[in-house]
Amino acid sequence: MTKQEESGTYGLMAEFDDPNAVVAAARRVYEAGYRRINAYSPYPIEELSAAIGYHKDLVSLTVFACGILGAIGGFALQYWTSAIDYPLNVGGRPLLSLPSFIPIIFECTVLLASFGAFLGMLGMNRLPEPYHPVFNVPSFARASQDRFFVCIKADDPKFNEAETHAFLQSLGAREVSHVQS
Amino acid sequence: MAAEIEKNEHIDTRPPVIGPGHNFASLTQKIVDIVLMRGFKKGWIFGFAIVFLGALMLFNTIAYLVLKGVGIWGNNIPVGWAFDIINFVWWIGIGHAGTLISAILLLLRQSWRNSINRFAEAMTLFAVACAGLFPALHTGRPWVDYWLFPYPNTMGMWPNFRSPLMWDVFAVSTYATVSLLFWFMGLIPDFATLRDKAKNKVQKSIYGMLAMGWRGDARHWHRYESAYLLLAGLSTPLVLSVHTIVSFDFSVGIIPGWHATIFPPYFVAGAIYAGFAMVLTLAIPVRKFYNIEDFITLRHIRNMCKVMLATGLIVGYGYLMELFMSWYSGNTYEMFMMKNRIFGPYGFMYWLLILCNVLVPQLLWVKKYRDNLLVVFIVSMFINVGMWLERFVIIVMSLNRDFSPASWRMYYPTIFDFTMFFGTIGFFLTCMFLFIRFVPMIPIFEMKTLLPEAKVDEKKVEQLAEGRGPLGATPLPQFGD
Repeated sequence: MTKQEESGTYGLMAEFDDPNAVVAAARRVYEAGYRRINAYSPYPIEELSAAIGYHKDLVSLTVFACGILGAIGGFALQYWTSAIDYPLNVGGRPLLSLPSFIPIIFECTVLLASFGAFLGMLGMNRLPEPYHPVFNVPSFARASQDRFFVCIKADDPKFNEAETHAFLQSLGAREVSHVQS
Repeated sequence: MAAEIEKNEHIDTRPPVIGPGHNFASLTQKIVDIVLMRGFKKGWIFGFAIVFLGALMLFNTIAYLVLKGVGIWGNNIPVGWAFDIINFVWWIGIGHAGTLISAILLLLRQSWRNSINRFAEAMTLFAVACAGLFPALHTGRPWVDYWLFPYPNTMGMWPNFRSPLMWDVFAVSTYATVSLLFWFMGLIPDFATLRDKAKNKVQKSIYGMLAMGWRGDARHWHRYESAYLLLAGLSTPLVLSVHTIVSFDFSVGIIPGWHATIFPPYFVAGAIYAGFAMVLTLAIPVRKFYNIEDFITLRHIRNMCKVMLATGLIVGYGYLMELFMSWYSGNTYEMFMMKNRIFGPYGFMYWLLILCNVLVPQLLWVKKYRDNLLVVFIVSMFINVGMWLERFVIIVMSLNRDFSPASWRMYYPTIFDFTMFFGTIGFFLTCMFLFIRFVPMIPIFEMKTLLPEAKVDEKKVEQLAEGRGPLGATPLPQFGD
């Protein structure tokens, strides 16, 4: 990443050291009308994503779609290869011998659904992402250890550097940092 | 369970899942230190040297095997399946405990699993890798093993999808892939912790790359949790299907002693039995060596003993049913097979099997023994051996004396059968040593959710959010740096 012009502001980041405090702060930020917000925690906190207004993800839908695709693919592969392209008579069984196709259909379903879960999660999270402005905050290293953060992005219509700073401060943050973009 | 709640019903007398006195910072530090420490512990180097010799033995055997062919093994006609398939089934079975712990116990909300799941999943991966070696080499021409997969080829042929051996290819490769995805996904947030904790540039960049830019974003966590839960839900039927399909390799064949409908459940129970024994075999020394008794507590050991006891009883029931069915079938060959199994030339192995898998584990009924690490370790060693013997009994004894006495033949393993088998143990342990040293063996973020302060207290949040009392004024709990 090349040097950015110093005017670039990604947003303001408030630091908390207690899960209750961060959830409370996130709720108040949301109630105050900020929408371009985000929160960070070292472990999953259900209340926190709800507090910033995020309720439903599309992972399960992706997994379901991939699973269906896997099932159809697994069946099509076996049917086409062993009944059409290379008709194989095994012990006089019919060419479409569904019971003996079931194990592989099942495995293909699970395989594709799992890839759907893994890659879907990464894709929707836009990972891998080697650079992100939040890493410019020195204390953010503790977001993966024992600190909790709420960030208001600069592109929020209500964002005003000084006012937002004061607002975050009033929420009882340990520290409010400016996030360089 | 009832026995554990002794005097007062309201007091949980079980040992804790996580030792007292831990907070977010101390917990992170303790797990991260094992990975980020400079240099190596003397004991680690010593142990690694020994197990790496085992791995080298495996590599040499494989090289010689590829050079000379499978004739260096003791396999013969009629015993075409011997150590290779025994070891394959043994290793796959061991792997199953990892998935059981990480997926099934997650779905059952058994939070005690959080400290052992990563460890058990790694065990799964390495065990499946060892397992995969055997059938791949048993094909005789391992350089054309890609023929096993359906791909358009100039021969104009496709694999036979009605064969259990083909199902096996799909089941085992799917299992290996899904286990890897599950394991790696669990590691992503922990790699981020390591990236942020690392002082050294090299460590920072390697763990940074592996973490893929994870930053604990609340939306990311939400999707992550959904994906993790769904993967657990997918792995649960998968793990049952894998050993079921492995058992189909036998039960679809019309060999006396193999052609039995009890095989799938009996094999799955055996797999979990063997896997938990292996988890205990590894966890007992590791928790001592790395002083992580406050993360892998007596509670874990006890619970695992109970799972072993339960699955061991199912396996014992399986043995009983095999006996019963061979008599009830009224089939001469089935009855002869059973007689041969118990009193034939390999009969002592059957009795050893009963000793290892049925008699010795009954010690675990006694609470005193479940709490005694030495006893637990020895019992799990017996089970490891017993489960190997079980596969020997099933595979070799059904083959060596089949329908016509003219084709009977004894099977004797050669030195290469043993170097290959012990070599895979060396290879497996080599991988475990590397894993423990370079990857957090206890999931850091999942352990955090077990701490009492991790829970969001709705009352407190409301109090804080409504601004009753300025937020900052209430002294928030401080976490030591």
